[in-house]
Amino acid sequence: MDLVIATVSQGLLWALLAIGVYLTFRVLDIADLTVEGSFPLGAATAATLIVAGSHPLVAIVAACVAGMLAGVVTGILCTKFKIPALLAGILTMIALYSVNLRIMGKANLPLLQQDTIFTIWNLGMDKMMTTLVIGAVIVLVVALLNYWFFGTELGTAVRATGFNPHMIRANGINTDNMVVLGLLLSNGLVAISGALVAQSNGFADVGMGVGTIVIGLASVIIGEVLFGTRSFKNCLISVILGSIVYRAVIAIVLQMGMPPNDLKLFTAILVALALSMPLLQARWNKIRKGGR
Amino acid sequence: MLHIENISKTFNPGTITEKLALHNVSLHLAPGDFVTVIGGNGAGKSTLMNSIAGTYPVDEGRITIDGTDITKWPEHKRAKYIGRVFQDPMMGTAAGMMIEENLAIAARRGKSPTLKWSSSADSRQHFRELLMGLNLGLEDRLESKVGLLSGGQRQALTLLMATMAQPKLLLLDEHTAALDPKTAEKVLLLTDKIIKQQKLTTLMITHNMRDALKYGNRLIMMYEGHILFDIDSEKKKNLGIKDLLAMFEKAAGSELNSDSLLLS
Repeated sequence: MDLVIATVSQGLLWALLAIGVYLTFRVLDIADLTVEGSFPLGAATAATLIVAGSHPLVAIVAACVAGMLAGVVTGILCTKFKIPALLAGILTMIALYSVNLRIMGKANLPLLQQDTIFTIWNLGMDKMMTTLVIGAVIVLVVALLNYWFFGTELGTAVRATGFNPHMIRANGINTDNMVVLGLLLSNGLVAISGALVAQSNGFADVGMGVGTIVIGLASVIIGEVLFGTRSFKNCLISVILGSIVYRAVIAIVLQMGMPPNDLKLFTAILVALALSMPLLQARWNKIRKGGR
Repeated sequence: MLHIENISKTFNPGTITEKLALHNVSLHLAPGDFVTVIGGNGAGKSTLMNSIAGTYPVDEGRITIDGTDITKWPEHKRAKYIGRVFQDPMMGTAAGMMIEENLAIAARRGKSPTLKWSSSADSRQHFRELLMGLNLGLEDRLESKVGLLSGGQRQALTLLMATMAQPKLLLLDEHTAALDPKTAEKVLLLTDKIIKQQKLTTLMITHNMRDALKYGNRLIMMYEGHILFDIDSEKKKNLGIKDLLAMFEKAAGSELNSDSLLLS
């Protein structure tokens, strides 16, 4: 039971990362690697502020703003300077490595004995349940905000930009601004996720962003396959559930005795398989038809 | 209404693939003009259209709409005045979004998007009425994704989207070329109906000489980056395909060598 609670709450904290990756990878149709830098950026910003005595909520908001700025940098690189989005994300990610070290002043910042978002309110529950409840509340609020925003005229324009930039330009909307806005929102969410994970783990580490893009992708794809993509609302829910399922899968393979060091390899293979699924499926169907 | 003064456009200047696509083109459209544009491949029809729409900047010349100089305006800003339907049925709509969402975007063409919720009961009712005019049964499918529609349905929807916010100028870039003949004719009849209803100033490229003669009140033929001739409505009424070909040979001093133009 403890393991289930821990898995679900980890899934919730990482769900914001998954939503962020969904916003770029699916909504904007960009593979944005900024994520690998904005996740630890959120962690570093929040941890540094908490150690300096800030309220954990303030620290999370600051982390979000920092992540948004990182997203804007990538956005400007790829729209105003026409650097391919993938490369623009890599550049920001690399730059953020130094930025994160500067923010923390060292590679690892422990949050032992510090008040975090998971300890400041006494909900009369143990630490694990508190993490679950607070994680759920935050994810719910973020999901509702996303649902609202992407239903507004502006949000609809961002989504249409990813589907068909020609169409949206022909309707009078500056696609460059929409791309920047999408990257801003995405990286803001990713940074919040980093801030939450740091507080839950009890430390921020400059290396904690490695592989986050793949974790995000895994969550998005698992969610889409298992829970559907009928509408934007459906996708949002799928991605959140996908993040939880991903954590469950990880927990199960670890229980089965897989060395934790192999986790990233495992995740990468999982995502590669999932992404090649449509092609493999088409081939398979062809072979089966041919055999008849 | 639309004034194009001496615009020129060269692609890939200074390279081996340099191509002079438009050479000193001038064209004036009066309000309510419905001009059909014909010409072989590489004649500059699409370049003219894209230059007006702002897909790329022109090298020289001036474009004004109702006295406003839009030569330096980016594509998205020009959309305030211009409605467009593309040749590719995929280009004019967002396939992954609902019919309703596409219409909501088009209904606000040229206005900055706000944080208002994009659909309301009122707008839905309005969209339903507009879709009923298409006679395709789309009024009951507001929540269907556009990707599920056929090419003809998508072009009809794009046409509706391009015209629902009353553009000053409507640009149709071979918008029926990708459709089967029967569907193409339906979409063209619908186009004609909408243009007449709203008295829209229109520029329509077509590959089909018969359509070029049948629709609109003016016809221009383009050749090697310039306008070869411009036929007004009086002359156009009595013109046949043979006359057009003869005029072309006389003006260009060569035979028209575009199979697609001759065959259609």
